Amino acid sequence: MIDTRDILETIQMIDNENLDVRTITMGISLLDCIDSDPDRACDKIYDKICRYAGNLVKTGEDISKEYGIPIIHKRVAVTPIALVAGACQDRDPVRFAKTLDRAAEAIGVNLIGGYSALVHKGFAPGDYALIESIPRALAETKYVCSSVNVGTTKAGINMDAVKKMGQIVLKTAEATVDQGCIGPSKLVVFCNAPEDNPFMAGAMHGIGEPDCVINVGVSGPGVVRAALKKCPDGDLSEVADIIKKTAFKITRMGQLVAQEASRRLCVPFGIVDLSLAPTPAVGDSVAHILEEMGLESCGAHGTTACLALLNDAVKKGGIMASSHVGGLSGAFIPVSEDAGMIDAAKCGALSITKLEAMTSVCSVGLDMIAIPGDTPPEIISAIIADEAAIGMVNTKTTAVRVIPAIGKKAGDDLNFGGLFGHSPVMEVNRWSPKKFIDRGGRLPAPMQSLKN
Amino acid sequence: MRAVITVLGKDMVGILAKVSAICADNSVNVMDVTQSVMQDLFAMIMLVDISNIKIPFSQLADRFSELGEKEGLTIHVMHEEIFNSMHKI
Repeated sequence: MIDTRDILETIQMIDNENLDVRTITMGISLLDCIDSDPDRACDKIYDKICRYAGNLVKTGEDISKEYGIPIIHKRVAVTPIALVAGACQDRDPVRFAKTLDRAAEAIGVNLIGGYSALVHKGFAPGDYALIESIPRALAETKYVCSSVNVGTTKAGINMDAVKKMGQIVLKTAEATVDQGCIGPSKLVVFCNAPEDNPFMAGAMHGIGEPDCVINVGVSGPGVVRAALKKCPDGDLSEVADIIKKTAFKITRMGQLVAQEASRRLCVPFGIVDLSLAPTPAVGDSVAHILEEMGLESCGAHGTTACLALLNDAVKKGGIMASSHVGGLSGAFIPVSEDAGMIDAAKCGALSITKLEAMTSVCSVGLDMIAIPGDTPPEIISAIIADEAAIGMVNTKTTAVRVIPAIGKKAGDDLNFGGLFGHSPVMEVNRWSPKKFIDRGGRLPAPMQSLKN
Repeated sequence: MRAVITVLGKDMVGILAKVSAICADNSVNVMDVTQSVMQDLFAMIMLVDISNIKIPFSQLADRFSELGEKEGLTIHVMHEEIFNSMHKI
């Protein structure tokens, strides 16, 4: 017989501490759907997605029921569409977005990622057309997510793309103003974008990936917090140890689900993303873990150090639990998806500058932050440039997903509804970076030695 | 193949009988039963053999959640594998 305590601990984690597998994401290559005739290309894309992922949702639900583990999302990521649409004479890539949207609806997934372009060194005509079309694509589709990679450690940062993306983020918000400015919440600007990330909105199926692959993202901030609660007075070595052990258990569950999904769908298993992804649900917050470590509020001095410990321990615990690890792997800090972050931002304890510092030690970057609607595009570009610089220099993934709240000012509340939650609008630094952004060009790739 | 059935809630007469009746109806063999109390919670844990189960496993899970709802109990049916993978190296 299995140890009774282990069984009850697992049940307790699922019932009371929001343990779940956050997403099973099927990556599908669309490179074999490239066609100079856009109609033919779209038909091939639709057919391939439906053929490969037709059973994804049902399989996810079956596994969830049999193992008794909630699997929240079933999603699809595809080859960056700029590569596919670039072959067409017709330069309107929105029809590809609509095809993805139709396919997502048909197979029942709640988001599909890959309306993306990789422009870290420069634009190809297809990349440029795709980026230009993002505001319209996100306004006219329901399930499509978009991402653009503007920098890498090896190539440096494409500052022309950074400038462009500041404008695109703002235009996307304006295009979806009647839907609560939801557009930019489905648009991520990356530096060092991973090719196998299962998490939306930044998921894409990189060109080094196989034809089809299953990636899984786990979660469980609530479980980590509950475990830490049992050790209120331990020193930080003990805290790190508890987080590692908990992360191990969470990741083992993800690994099991990933292998089972891979077996049932006859698709190779890719990676498990070792992540702590919060949701707005009470008890599912990364900020609350930091507060459990001893901060009065997330955002206080010490937050970066606590997050560094948390992020590192999650990886160390998770890495042994999975045969292949990848994606974004780390703690996420999306403001509008984390009850603790929302509270901290509301009461003024958490600012964008602190969030920026936090992104240098954790997964991803400035995520789901509402900023005033009158923020000029060059300030958004400069936010992207800062974040990309952190990623480039530290050889890590960083990203920006800010939402200009059109018609709202700092201190107001922007509500997206559903999983995307709501967010207090946070003030940005208003000193102008316009001249710097207008210069354009490329930020050279950094030194890889003489690390200081 | 084995599964673990856990019943959590307030103690009452006939829980074991009702749970084992569903098992018997579907050719699920009860191998071991244990009870414990954790944080004022009555907990019964059953290890069952599902190799000869007559219905799909997910339907069995539905039967138990129906019973749970009727009796005000939380009943989980999970593959044994989940516990082994989470708690054993």
